[in-house]
Amino acid sequence: MTTSIRLQHEPIDIAAEVAKLAGARSDVGAVVTFTGICRSDEDGAAITALTLEYYQGMAEAEIARHVDEARARWPLLGVLVIHRYGRITPGENIVLVATASRHRQAAFAAAEFLMDYLKTRAPFWKQVETADATAWVEAKTADDAAAERWSAPPPRRDAAK
Amino acid sequence: MSIKVLYFAWVRERVGKAEEQIEPPADVETVGQLMAWLARKGEHYAYAFANPKVIRAAIDRSHARAEARIEGANEIAFFPPMTGG
Repeated sequence: MTTSIRLQHEPIDIAAEVAKLAGARSDVGAVVTFTGICRSDEDGAAITALTLEYYQGMAEAEIARHVDEARARWPLLGVLVIHRYGRITPGENIVLVATASRHRQAAFAAAEFLMDYLKTRAPFWKQVETADATAWVEAKTADDAAAERWSAPPPRRDAAK
Repeated sequence: MSIKVLYFAWVRERVGKAEEQIEPPADVETVGQLMAWLARKGEHYAYAFANPKVIRAAIDRSHARAEARIEGANEIAFFPPMTGG
């Protein structure tokens, strides 16, 4: 099992990262990747940039806890989480989650689970910059609801056999 | 008891600093009580902690509820609901 968690300011080279995740092994049958991208508008207003602040130490630990949880729930062969911080302009990537497994179901589910938790539990905060002001992005209840649905007991691993 | 306190995002902006060392009295036993105690430290703190229900906390880098006990904590952080991803 390959696990890689990284916080960086630089843009994420998605193709290179995904190639590394699956490249070294021959038992991977599915890789799911999610890329979060900076939009050019927030709540109907044009933005010039996003600035991401994070809690160093806790952010890495919190992501690692959820990667462990994902590994316990699904038969994963690799997990990669890269989250950027600092100033990011529209069109640039912000976050990459990639999961590798023998079959697609586990990879899809684990990637979605990790993203839902990143949104609501990982200590990152976005500030939007418009032409004349800056404002902190407010948390969305839809994100809380998305994370909440994973709190039900996970399906048994051997249920499909 | 000396504790390192960290503030993030708008909590940091309102308090006016990113971190500090504090020594709350012994009767401040929980995260919620610590927020109430901080709110009395001055007008910036009062503004930052005016609505403690919307502020999240972490003790030693793990999420903690308002009723969590702070005894033995080295580092406590206060921040708004998270908006990463």
